[in-house]
Amino acid sequence: MFGTALTWGDLAFLAQGAGMTLAVTVVSVAAGTVLGILFGMIRVELGPYWSAPLTFALDVFRSVPLLIQLVLGNALQSIMRLGWPPFTTSCVVLSLYTAAYCTEIVRGGISSVPPTTRRAARSLGMSWSQDMRYIVMPLATRVSLPSWIGLTLGVMKDSALVLWLGLIELLRASQILVTRLQEPLFILMICGAVYFIISFPIARIGGYLEKRWSPND
Amino acid sequence: MIEIENVRKSFGSLEVLKGINLTVPKGEVLTIIGGSGSGKSTLLTCINGLEAIDSGRIVVDGTDVHAKATDLNRLRRKLGIVFQQWNAFPHLTVLENVMLAPRKVLGLPKAEAEAIAVKQLTHVGLGEKLKVYPNRMSGGQQQRMAIARALAMSPEYMLFDEVTSALDPQLVGEVLDTLRMLASEGMTMICVTHEMKFAREVSDRVAFFHKGVMAEIAPPAELFGAPKDPELQSFLAATH
Repeated sequence: MFGTALTWGDLAFLAQGAGMTLAVTVVSVAAGTVLGILFGMIRVELGPYWSAPLTFALDVFRSVPLLIQLVLGNALQSIMRLGWPPFTTSCVVLSLYTAAYCTEIVRGGISSVPPTTRRAARSLGMSWSQDMRYIVMPLATRVSLPSWIGLTLGVMKDSALVLWLGLIELLRASQILVTRLQEPLFILMICGAVYFIISFPIARIGGYLEKRWSPND
Repeated sequence: MIEIENVRKSFGSLEVLKGINLTVPKGEVLTIIGGSGSGKSTLLTCINGLEAIDSGRIVVDGTDVHAKATDLNRLRRKLGIVFQQWNAFPHLTVLENVMLAPRKVLGLPKAEAEAIAVKQLTHVGLGEKLKVYPNRMSGGQQQRMAIARALAMSPEYMLFDEVTSALDPQLVGEVLDTLRMLASEGMTMICVTHEMKFAREVSDRVAFFHKGVMAEIAPPAELFGAPKDPELQSFLAATH
Protein backbone atom coordinates (compact mmCIF):
# COMPACT_ATOMS: atom_id res chain seq x y z
CA MET A 1 0.00 0.00 0.00
CA PHE A 2 2.80 2.38 0.87
CA GLY A 3 6.11 2.46 -0.94
CA THR A 4 8.77 5.08 -1.22
CA ALA A 5 11.91 5.61 -3.22
CA LEU A 6 13.48 7.49 -0.32
CA THR A 7 16.81 5.92 0.70
CA TRP A 8 18.96 6.21 3.81
CA GLY A 9 21.30 8.29 1.72
CA ASP A 10 18.46 10.76 1.05
CA LEU A 11 17.72 10.98 4.76
CA ALA A 12 21.39 11.71 5.43
CA PHE A 13 21.14 14.46 2.80
CA LEU A 14 18.14 15.92 4.68
CA ALA A 15 20.06 15.70 7.95
CA GLN A 16 22.90 17.63 6.36
CA GLY A 17 20.39 20.30 5.34
CA ALA A 18 19.07 20.40 8.90
CA GLY A 19 22.66 20.85 10.11
CA MET A 20 23.01 23.88 7.82
CA THR A 21 19.71 25.33 9.12
CA LEU A 22 20.99 24.89 12.68
CA ALA A 23 24.38 26.41 11.89
CA VAL A 24 22.88 29.49 10.22
CA THR A 25 20.39 29.90 13.09
CA VAL A 26 22.93 29.49 15.90
CA VAL A 27 25.43 31.93 14.37
CA SER A 28 22.75 34.52 13.49
CA VAL A 29 20.90 34.35 16.80
CA ALA A 30 24.15 34.52 18.78
CA ALA A 31 25.52 37.50 16.84
CA GLY A 32 22.10 39.14 16.61
CA THR A 33 21.56 38.80 20.36
CA VAL A 34 24.94 40.33 21.23
CA LEU A 35 24.23 43.23 18.86
CA GLY A 36 20.66 43.48 20.14
CA ILE A 37 21.84 43.79 23.76
CA LEU A 38 24.33 46.47 22.73
CA PHE A 39 21.80 48.42 20.64
CA GLY A 40 19.08 47.98 23.28
CA MET A 41 21.35 49.44 25.98
CA ILE A 42 22.28 52.33 23.67
CA ARG A 43 18.60 53.01 22.98
CA VAL A 44 17.68 53.10 26.68
CA GLU A 45 20.70 55.05 27.88
CA LEU A 46 20.78 57.63 25.07
CA GLY A 47 17.03 58.18 25.07
CA PRO A 48 14.76 58.36 22.03
CA TYR A 49 16.26 61.60 20.68
CA TRP A 50 19.95 60.67 20.41
CA SER A 51 19.27 57.09 19.37
CA ALA A 52 16.89 58.12 16.58
CA PRO A 53 19.33 57.29 13.73
CA LEU A 54 19.92 53.83 15.19
CA THR A 55 16.20 53.31 15.69
CA PHE A 56 15.54 54.28 12.07
CA ALA A 57 18.19 51.90 10.73
CA LEU A 58 16.77 49.04 12.80
CA ASP A 59 13.25 49.89 11.66
CA VAL A 60 14.42 49.36 8.08
CA PHE A 61 15.63 45.86 8.95
CA ARG A 62 12.32 45.14 10.67
CA SER A 63 10.08 46.36 7.86
CA VAL A 64 11.79 45.20 4.65
CA PRO A 65 11.01 41.53 3.86
CA LEU A 66 13.90 39.25 4.74
CA LEU A 67 14.06 37.82 1.23
CA ILE A 68 14.73 41.27 -0.23
CA GLN A 69 17.37 41.91 2.45
CA LEU A 70 19.13 38.67 1.55
CA VAL A 71 19.13 39.38 -2.20
CA LEU A 72 20.23 42.99 -1.71
CA GLY A 73 22.85 41.97 0.86
CA ASN A 74 24.25 39.43 -1.56
CA ALA A 75 24.30 41.95 -4.42
CA LEU A 76 25.98 44.52 -2.17
CA GLN A 77 28.76 42.17 -1.08
CA SER A 78 29.44 41.28 -4.69
CA ILE A 79 29.44 44.96 -5.81
CA MET A 80 31.85 45.71 -2.97
CA ARG A 81 33.96 42.71 -4.06
CA LEU A 82 33.95 41.27 -0.53
CA GLY A 83 33.94 37.76 -1.94
CA TRP A 84 31.82 36.35 0.86
CA PRO A 85 30.56 32.78 0.48
CA PRO A 86 26.74 32.42 0.71
CA PHE A 87 27.01 31.15 4.30
CA THR A 88 28.73 34.36 5.47
CA THR A 89 26.34 36.64 3.60
CA SER A 90 23.35 34.72 4.98
CA CYS A 91 24.64 34.94 8.55
CA VAL A 92 25.44 38.66 8.30
CA VAL A 93 22.00 39.57 6.93
CA LEU A 94 20.15 37.29 9.36
CA SER A 95 22.21 38.62 12.30
CA LEU A 96 21.23 42.21 11.52
CA TYR A 97 17.61 41.12 11.05
CA THR A 98 17.71 39.32 14.42
CA ALA A 99 19.47 42.28 16.08
CA ALA A 100 16.72 44.66 14.91
CA TYR A 101 14.07 42.62 16.72
CA CYS A 102 16.28 41.75 19.67
CA THR A 103 16.99 45.45 20.30
CA GLU A 104 13.32 46.08 21.01
CA ILE A 105 13.09 43.02 23.26
CA VAL A 106 16.14 44.18 25.25
CA ARG A 107 14.87 47.75 25.42
CA GLY A 108 11.54 46.53 26.78
CA GLY A 109 13.31 44.33 29.32
CA ILE A 110 15.57 47.11 30.59
CA SER A 111 12.68 49.57 30.75
CA SER A 112 10.71 47.09 32.85
CA VAL A 113 13.20 47.45 35.73
CA PRO A 114 11.77 50.20 37.96
CA PRO A 115 13.97 53.32 38.10
CA THR A 116 13.60 53.25 41.88
CA THR A 117 15.22 49.80 42.02
CA ARG A 118 18.14 51.08 39.98
CA ARG A 119 18.37 54.16 42.20
CA ALA A 120 18.55 51.88 45.25
CA ALA A 121 21.45 50.01 43.63
CA ARG A 122 23.29 53.22 42.82
CA SER A 123 22.67 54.57 46.33
CA LEU A 124 24.58 51.53 47.68
CA GLY A 125 27.64 52.78 45.81
CA MET A 126 27.25 50.52 42.76
CA SER A 127 28.59 51.93 39.51
CA TRP A 128 26.52 52.10 36.33
CA SER A 129 28.04 48.88 35.06
CA GLN A 130 27.55 47.05 38.37
CA ASP A 131 23.91 48.13 38.41
CA MET A 132 23.57 46.88 34.82
CA ARG A 133 25.29 43.58 35.50
CA TYR A 134 23.86 42.57 38.86
CA ILE A 135 20.42 44.20 38.91
CA VAL A 136 19.19 45.29 35.47
CA MET A 137 20.37 42.38 33.31
CA PRO A 138 19.10 39.56 35.55
CA LEU A 139 15.69 41.24 35.88
CA ALA A 140 15.49 42.22 32.20
CA THR A 141 16.42 38.69 31.11
CA ARG A 142 13.47 37.23 33.00
CA VAL A 143 11.10 39.65 31.31
CA SER A 144 12.62 39.27 27.84
CA LEU A 145 13.08 35.51 27.71
CA PRO A 146 9.67 34.50 26.27
CA SER A 147 9.96 37.03 23.43
CA TRP A 148 13.56 36.03 22.78
CA ILE A 149 12.60 32.35 22.51
CA GLY A 150 9.89 33.35 20.04
CA LEU A 151 12.42 35.35 18.05
CA THR A 152 14.87 32.42 17.95
CA LEU A 153 12.20 30.03 16.68
CA GLY A 154 11.10 32.60 14.10
CA VAL A 155 14.65 33.15 12.84
CA MET A 156 15.15 29.40 12.56
CA LYS A 157 12.15 29.07 10.25
CA ASP A 158 12.96 32.30 8.38
CA SER A 159 16.44 30.95 7.75
CA ALA A 160 14.84 28.77 5.06
CA LEU A 161 14.99 31.86 2.82
CA VAL A 162 18.79 31.61 2.57
CA LEU A 163 18.17 28.92 -0.05
CA TRP A 164 17.88 31.86 -2.46
CA LEU A 165 21.57 32.49 -2.01
CA GLY A 166 22.31 28.89 -2.92
CA LEU A 167 22.76 27.40 0.56
CA ILE A 168 21.42 23.89 0.85
CA GLU A 169 19.59 24.01 4.16
CA LEU A 170 16.69 21.84 5.29
CA LEU A 171 13.99 23.23 2.98
CA ARG A 172 16.26 23.36 -0.09
CA ALA A 173 17.39 19.79 0.58
CA SER A 174 13.73 18.72 0.72
CA GLN A 175 12.98 20.51 -2.55
CA ILE A 176 15.84 18.73 -4.29
CA LEU A 177 14.49 15.38 -3.11
CA VAL A 178 10.94 16.31 -4.14
CA THR A 179 12.12 17.17 -7.65
CA ARG A 180 13.98 13.89 -7.97
CA LEU A 181 11.55 11.50 -6.28
CA GLN A 182 8.20 13.21 -7.00
CA GLU A 183 6.90 12.45 -3.49
CA PRO A 184 6.20 16.02 -2.23
CA LEU A 185 3.74 15.24 0.59
CA PHE A 186 5.84 12.56 2.23
CA ILE A 187 9.11 14.48 1.97
CA LEU A 188 7.64 17.79 3.14
CA MET A 189 6.09 15.95 6.10
CA ILE A 190 9.52 14.69 7.07
CA CYS A 191 10.93 18.17 6.55
CA GLY A 192 8.25 19.69 8.82
CA ALA A 193 8.90 17.00 11.43
CA VAL A 194 12.60 17.83 11.45
CA TYR A 195 11.83 21.55 11.95
CA PHE A 196 9.63 20.53 14.88
CA ILE A 197 12.32 18.30 16.38
CA ILE A 198 14.77 21.22 16.29
CA SER A 199 12.29 23.79 17.68
CA PHE A 200 10.69 21.74 20.42
CA PRO A 201 13.69 21.57 22.79
CA ILE A 202 14.29 25.34 22.44
CA ALA A 203 10.68 26.07 23.38
CA ARG A 204 10.85 23.60 26.29
CA ILE A 205 14.10 25.04 27.67
CA GLY A 206 12.45 28.46 27.55
CA GLY A 207 9.39 27.18 29.38
CA TYR A 208 11.58 25.51 31.99
CA LEU A 209 13.60 28.67 32.68
CA GLU A 210 10.47 30.77 32.89
CA LYS A 211 9.00 28.40 35.45
CA ARG A 212 12.20 28.24 37.47
CA TRP A 213 12.49 32.02 37.71
CA SER A 214 8.84 32.88 38.24
CA PRO A 215 8.43 32.11 42.00
CA ASN A 216 11.04 34.80 42.78
CA ASP A 217 9.27 37.66 41.08
CA MET B 1 29.70 66.24 59.51
CA ILE B 2 27.22 67.18 56.79
CA GLU B 3 27.29 70.86 55.84
CA ILE B 4 24.58 72.25 53.61
CA GLU B 5 25.25 75.79 52.41
CA ASN B 6 22.64 77.88 50.62
CA VAL B 7 21.43 74.96 48.47
CA ARG B 8 18.96 75.73 45.69
CA LYS B 9 17.28 73.21 43.45
CA SER B 10 14.55 73.52 40.82
CA PHE B 11 12.59 71.00 38.82
CA GLY B 12 11.77 72.99 35.69
CA SER B 13 10.17 76.23 36.81
CA LEU B 14 9.36 74.87 40.26
CA GLU B 15 11.95 75.80 42.87
CA VAL B 16 11.85 73.03 45.50
CA LEU B 17 14.81 74.13 47.64
CA LYS B 18 15.20 77.87 48.16
CA GLY B 19 18.53 78.33 49.85
CA ILE B 20 18.83 75.70 52.59
CA ASN B 21 21.50 76.12 55.28
CA LEU B 22 21.97 73.27 57.71
CA THR B 23 24.81 71.55 59.53
CA VAL B 24 24.46 68.03 60.93
CA PRO B 25 27.31 67.02 63.25
CA LYS B 26 28.37 63.41 63.76
CA GLY B 27 26.10 61.54 66.17
CA GLU B 28 23.10 63.78 65.72
CA VAL B 29 19.61 62.52 64.95
CA LEU B 30 17.84 65.15 62.89
CA THR B 31 14.28 64.73 61.72
CA ILE B 32 12.74 66.81 59.00
CA ILE B 33 9.00 67.39 59.01
CA GLY B 34 6.76 69.36 56.70
CA GLY B 35 3.96 69.05 54.18
CA SER B 36 4.13 67.35 50.79
CA GLY B 37 6.22 69.26 48.27
CA SER B 38 8.15 71.14 50.95
CA GLY B 39 11.46 69.86 49.54
CA LYS B 40 12.46 67.59 52.40
CA SER B 41 12.85 64.38 50.35
CA THR B 42 14.65 66.25 47.57
CA LEU B 43 17.21 67.48 50.10
CA LEU B 44 18.04 63.87 51.08
CA THR B 45 18.59 62.75 47.49
CA CYS B 46 20.79 65.82 46.96
CA ILE B 47 22.92 64.92 49.98
CA ASN B 48 24.05 61.64 48.44
CA GLY B 49 24.26 63.05 44.94
CA LEU B 50 21.35 61.16 43.40
CA GLU B 51 19.99 64.58 42.41
CA ALA B 52 22.12 67.47 41.21
CA ILE B 53 21.80 70.90 42.83
CA ASP B 54 21.56 74.24 41.03
CA SER B 55 23.69 76.29 43.40
CA GLY B 56 25.19 76.17 46.87
CA ARG B 57 27.29 73.41 48.37
CA ILE B 58 26.83 70.16 50.24
CA VAL B 59 29.96 68.99 52.01
CA VAL B 60 30.24 65.59 53.71
CA ASP B 61 33.33 65.19 55.90
CA GLY B 62 35.17 67.74 53.80
CA THR B 63 34.12 66.29 50.42
CA ASP B 64 32.01 68.51 48.18
CA VAL B 65 29.26 66.12 47.00
CA HIS B 66 28.52 67.90 43.73
CA ALA B 67 32.10 68.75 42.74
CA LYS B 68 33.05 67.23 39.38
CA ALA B 69 36.09 65.48 40.83
CA THR B 70 34.09 63.71 43.56
CA ASP B 71 33.80 59.94 43.21
CA LEU B 72 30.11 59.60 44.09
CA ASN B 73 30.20 55.79 44.17
CA ARG B 74 32.89 56.00 46.84
CA LEU B 75 31.14 58.77 48.77
CA ARG B 76 27.85 56.84 48.83
CA ARG B 77 29.49 54.05 50.81
CA LYS B 78 29.40 56.26 53.87
CA LEU B 79 25.94 57.70 53.16
CA GLY B 80 23.30 55.00 53.50
CA ILE B 81 19.84 55.89 52.25
CA VAL B 82 16.52 54.10 52.61
CA PHE B 83 13.52 55.17 50.56
CA GLN B 84 9.77 55.19 51.02
CA GLN B 85 9.60 52.25 48.61
CA TRP B 86 12.03 49.61 49.86
CA ASN B 87 13.14 48.58 46.36
CA ALA B 88 14.18 45.03 47.16
CA PHE B 89 16.12 43.28 44.39
CA PRO B 90 13.41 40.72 43.58
CA HIS B 91 15.69 38.13 41.95
CA LEU B 92 17.88 37.78 45.03
CA THR B 93 17.16 36.22 48.41
CA VAL B 94 17.12 38.44 51.49
CA LEU B 95 20.68 37.38 52.31
CA GLU B 96 21.87 37.99 48.74
CA ASN B 97 20.17 41.40 48.70
CA VAL B 98 22.22 42.48 51.69
CA MET B 99 25.46 40.75 50.59
CA LEU B 100 25.57 42.15 47.06
CA ALA B 101 26.99 45.62 47.70
CA PRO B 102 29.60 44.53 50.28
CA ARG B 103 30.76 41.85 47.82
CA LYS B 104 30.81 43.90 44.63
CA VAL B 105 31.33 47.47 45.84
CA LEU B 106 33.62 46.87 48.82
CA GLY B 107 35.14 43.77 47.23
CA LEU B 108 34.87 41.69 50.41
CA PRO B 109 35.34 37.91 50.22
CA LYS B 110 32.08 35.94 50.17
CA ALA B 111 32.38 34.58 53.71
CA GLU B 112 33.04 38.00 55.16
CA ALA B 113 30.20 39.67 53.24
CA GLU B 114 27.87 36.89 54.34
CA ALA B 115 28.88 37.30 57.98
CA ILE B 116 28.16 41.04 57.79
CA ALA B 117 24.82 40.45 56.08
CA VAL B 118 23.74 37.85 58.63
CA LYS B 119 24.75 40.18 61.46
CA GLN B 120 22.81 43.14 60.05
CA LEU B 121 19.75 41.06 59.20
CA THR B 122 19.72 39.55 62.68
CA HIS B 123 20.09 43.07 64.04
CA VAL B 124 16.87 44.19 62.35
CA GLY B 125 15.09 40.98 63.35
CA LEU B 126 15.24 39.10 60.05
CA GLY B 127 17.69 36.39 61.10
CA GLU B 128 15.10 33.72 60.24
CA LYS B 129 14.43 35.02 56.72
CA LEU B 130 17.86 34.71 55.11
CA LYS B 131 16.90 32.29 52.33
CA VAL B 132 13.52 33.85 51.63
CA TYR B 133 12.78 35.91 48.51
CA PRO B 134 11.62 39.48 49.27
CA ASN B 135 8.17 39.01 47.71
CA ARG B 136 7.39 36.41 50.39
CA MET B 137 7.71 39.03 53.14
CA SER B 138 5.52 41.85 54.40
CA GLY B 139 6.23 45.49 53.54
CA GLY B 140 7.60 46.10 57.02
CA GLN B 141 9.98 43.16 56.73
CA GLN B 142 11.13 44.30 53.29
CA GLN B 143 11.72 47.79 54.63
CA ARG B 144 13.79 46.39 57.49
CA MET B 145 15.74 44.37 54.92
CA ALA B 146 16.40 47.61 53.01
CA ILE B 147 17.72 49.15 56.23
CA ALA B 148 20.00 46.14 56.81
CA ARG B 149 21.16 46.39 53.19
CA ALA B 150 22.21 50.00 53.72
CA LEU B 151 23.81 49.22 57.10
CA ALA B 152 25.87 46.37 55.61
CA MET B 153 28.02 49.00 53.89
CA SER B 154 28.95 50.32 57.37
CA PRO B 155 27.82 53.85 56.51
CA GLU B 156 28.69 56.74 58.79
CA TYR B 157 25.44 58.54 58.02
CA MET B 158 21.97 57.18 57.40
CA LEU B 159 19.31 59.07 55.46
CA PHE B 160 15.72 57.87 55.84
CA ASP B 161 13.19 59.17 53.34
CA GLU B 162 9.67 58.66 54.72
CA VAL B 163 10.46 55.00 55.30
CA THR B 164 7.10 54.26 56.92
CA SER B 165 4.83 56.17 54.53
CA ALA B 166 4.13 53.25 52.20
CA LEU B 167 3.47 50.76 55.01
CA ASP B 168 0.19 49.50 56.43
CA PRO B 169 -0.40 51.17 59.82
CA GLN B 170 0.18 47.94 61.78
CA LEU B 171 3.64 47.55 60.18
CA VAL B 172 4.89 51.06 60.94
CA GLY B 173 5.84 50.20 64.52
CA GLU B 174 8.40 47.51 63.68
CA VAL B 175 10.27 49.82 61.29
CA LEU B 176 10.24 52.75 63.74
CA ASP B 177 11.59 50.41 66.43
CA THR B 178 14.51 49.62 64.13
CA LEU B 179 15.18 53.35 63.64
CA ARG B 180 14.97 53.94 67.42
CA MET B 181 17.50 51.19 67.95
CA LEU B 182 19.91 52.78 65.44
CA ALA B 183 19.48 56.19 67.04
CA SER B 184 20.23 54.78 70.47
CA GLU B 185 23.41 53.20 69.07
CA GLY B 186 24.70 56.63 68.11
CA MET B 187 24.19 56.49 64.32
CA THR B 188 24.13 59.91 62.64
CA MET B 189 20.70 60.06 61.03
CA ILE B 190 18.58 62.42 58.99
CA CYS B 191 14.99 61.19 58.92
CA VAL B 192 12.29 62.72 56.78
CA THR B 193 9.10 61.61 58.47
CA HIS B 194 5.41 62.20 59.04
CA GLU B 195 5.53 60.37 62.39
CA MET B 196 5.41 63.25 64.87
CA LYS B 197 5.56 61.08 67.96
CA PHE B 198 8.67 59.37 66.63
CA ALA B 199 10.27 62.72 65.74
CA ARG B 200 9.61 63.99 69.24
CA GLU B 201 11.13 60.89 70.88
CA VAL B 202 14.33 60.23 68.97
CA SER B 203 15.47 63.58 67.57
CA ASP B 204 18.19 65.83 68.85
CA ARG B 205 16.78 68.51 66.58
CA VAL B 206 13.70 68.78 64.41
CA ALA B 207 13.58 70.90 61.24
CA PHE B 208 10.34 72.13 59.73
CA PHE B 209 10.35 72.63 55.95
CA HIS B 210 7.75 74.73 54.19
CA LYS B 211 7.69 75.48 50.44
CA GLY B 212 11.41 74.89 49.96
CA VAL B 213 12.51 76.88 53.01
CA MET B 214 13.67 75.62 56.40
CA ALA B 215 11.20 77.64 58.40
CA GLU B 216 12.25 76.51 61.88
CA ILE B 217 14.81 74.21 63.52
CA ALA B 218 14.96 73.46 67.23
CA PRO B 219 15.18 70.64 69.77
CA PRO B 220 11.91 68.68 69.76
CA ALA B 221 10.64 69.96 73.11
CA GLU B 222 10.97 73.52 71.88
CA LEU B 223 9.74 72.98 68.33
CA PHE B 224 6.68 70.98 69.35
CA GLY B 225 6.15 72.78 72.66
CA ALA B 226 6.45 76.38 71.54
CA PRO B 227 6.47 76.63 67.74
CA LYS B 228 7.29 80.15 66.58
CA ASP B 229 6.67 79.94 62.84
CA PRO B 230 2.97 80.47 62.04
CA GLU B 231 3.09 77.85 59.25
CA LEU B 232 4.54 75.34 61.72
CA GLN B 233 1.81 76.17 64.20
CA SER B 234 -0.91 75.42 61.66
CA PHE B 235 0.98 72.32 60.41
CA LEU B 236 1.17 70.92 63.95
CA ALA B 237 -2.45 71.81 64.61
CA ALA B 238 -3.45 69.91 61.47
CA THR B 239 -1.41 66.79 62.28
CA HIS B 240 -2.68 66.42 65.81
